Amino acid sequence: MKRRLLYLTLLGVLVFSAFPLYFSLVVSTKDNSALSSVSLIPGRNLLENIRKVFETVPFGTAMLNSLIVAGTVTASVVLFSTLAGFAFSKLHFRARTALLLTVVATMMVPTQLGIIPLYILVTKLEWHDTLTAVIVPALVNAFGVFFMSQYLSEALPSELLEAGRMDGATTHRLFWHVVLPAARPAMAVLGMLTFLGTWNDYLWPLVVLASPEHQTVQVALSQLRAGYVQDYSLALTGTMVATIPLIIVFGALGKQLIGGIMQGAIKG
Amino acid sequence: MRNWLYKVDTRVSPYLYISPFFILFAVFGLFPLAYTAYVSLFDWSLLRDDHTYIGFGNYRELFADPYFWNALGNTISILVLSTVPQLIIALVLAHLINRPLRGQTAWRLGMLLPNVTSVVAVAVIFSQLFGRDFGLINAMLESLHLGRINWQAGTASSHIAISVMIIWQWSGYNALIFLAAMQAVPKELYESARLDGATEFQQLRSITIPAIRPTLIFVVIVSTIYGLQIFAQPQLFAGNGPQGITGGSDRQFQTLTVYLYEHGFNRGFEFGYASAVAWVMFGLIVIFAAVNYRLMRRIRK
Repeated sequence: MKRRLLYLTLLGVLVFSAFPLYFSLVVSTKDNSALSSVSLIPGRNLLENIRKVFETVPFGTAMLNSLIVAGTVTASVVLFSTLAGFAFSKLHFRARTALLLTVVATMMVPTQLGIIPLYILVTKLEWHDTLTAVIVPALVNAFGVFFMSQYLSEALPSELLEAGRMDGATTHRLFWHVVLPAARPAMAVLGMLTFLGTWNDYLWPLVVLASPEHQTVQVALSQLRAGYVQDYSLALTGTMVATIPLIIVFGALGKQLIGGIMQGAIKG
Repeated sequence: MRNWLYKVDTRVSPYLYISPFFILFAVFGLFPLAYTAYVSLFDWSLLRDDHTYIGFGNYRELFADPYFWNALGNTISILVLSTVPQLIIALVLAHLINRPLRGQTAWRLGMLLPNVTSVVAVAVIFSQLFGRDFGLINAMLESLHLGRINWQAGTASSHIAISVMIIWQWSGYNALIFLAAMQAVPKELYESARLDGATEFQQLRSITIPAIRPTLIFVVIVSTIYGLQIFAQPQLFAGNGPQGITGGSDRQFQTLTVYLYEHGFNRGFEFGYASAVAWVMFGLIVIFAAVNYRLMRRIRK
């Protein structure tokens, strides 16, 4: 009996999690004028709404821009975090502990508050209103470095590296042939987390990207919402178009993602 | 020669490997934050080339602006309304799934689902749910004969709506973090507590919470840092145009970051003034994090 109550509670939580998304999906299948009566059954206007979204804002370009930004940032964060993680977990150098502590401390720094000078800097570099302005400041983050060094310190046996050294391998070779293969699972998780975070980033792209053809998805979405005519089905259709690809990826790789988040948490 | 190369390799490589992180972070993370303090001492607008040093003038003006205090009050109100329920829900959820369950992965995936959704998407979705005329929540209230609420119009109601967005998005994620910590707590503790007749709640309070204290501190601090910087939810909740910048027609839900955005990027690009806002926020974050850390450390076994 008690067991049944537990499962019922969890089911309630699941409904609470999924319902807003389901409801948005329903709204995105309807004509805006049909929204005066609330219903939970999908309508037939989905394709028409999607067409209108692409007509109102350059949504295709925005999706492509977000893909470029998130893709580049993910590749860079994963590479640089693995490099630094390898150094921090397996190599010996002066000030290692102090530098790693610096990394941990910077995880807490609210870099969003540096937005004004960042804007000045980016304008000086003539990156204003370009994707470069969004990509470059995101190329590294402290969480990634910490995450990879935690993972590698456990998952990569030091004996393997020593054996490689005996054979005369340089540090560089060790990285490519020993470290990278061992780091792959953590790299995948970090990649997913970074991609999600970058895809969903909002304030900085909103501030620095001015012209419509340089917008990211989130900025385009915000404009569907901020239009002077409040068209909910349009705004929610855009939201669904931008969200569903992520949910599909999440469905496929979510299990690893959960493992990664929980693994990062224990040591964090 | 070979020996020499080996030495150079082992001495230099580590620094080479960590330098991309430190260089990029210094230039695009740390430097801007520090430079904010400098800019805040000037009458500095993007639209003019001359920047006049005015000392603490921006701060004086800021502390004299009732809209700043309004934004600060709103931020703290939303912070409390979102963080406290969120952490309680996350703790209870984590406790519930910290046992052998059927469909374990499915429950966890479901809890993490809201976190995959972007902040903008969450704001758009919940603005619809909380809509005055066509919102689902008002339709439900009406069918229960409770009447409609103009969620956007009131201070308390808008804060609740925005907090619900944050709670929805982050409770499941934090539950997974708590779960990870809870799994490290020895199962025997719970068994002996159960033998002594302790209820689920007593187990949570006297075994789980003390045992996962470091994680609890971490999550509280991270949530606080996040909560003090809330931007997308209030900005988009307001809907069209200028209202998003002021956080509602009467600034009833303008948070500090929205206030910063208003001054920095909409009203003549007042960079000096906006930097003063950012630096005050930074100070607040440090204070809040420190206070939370102290409070949380008091939790004893």
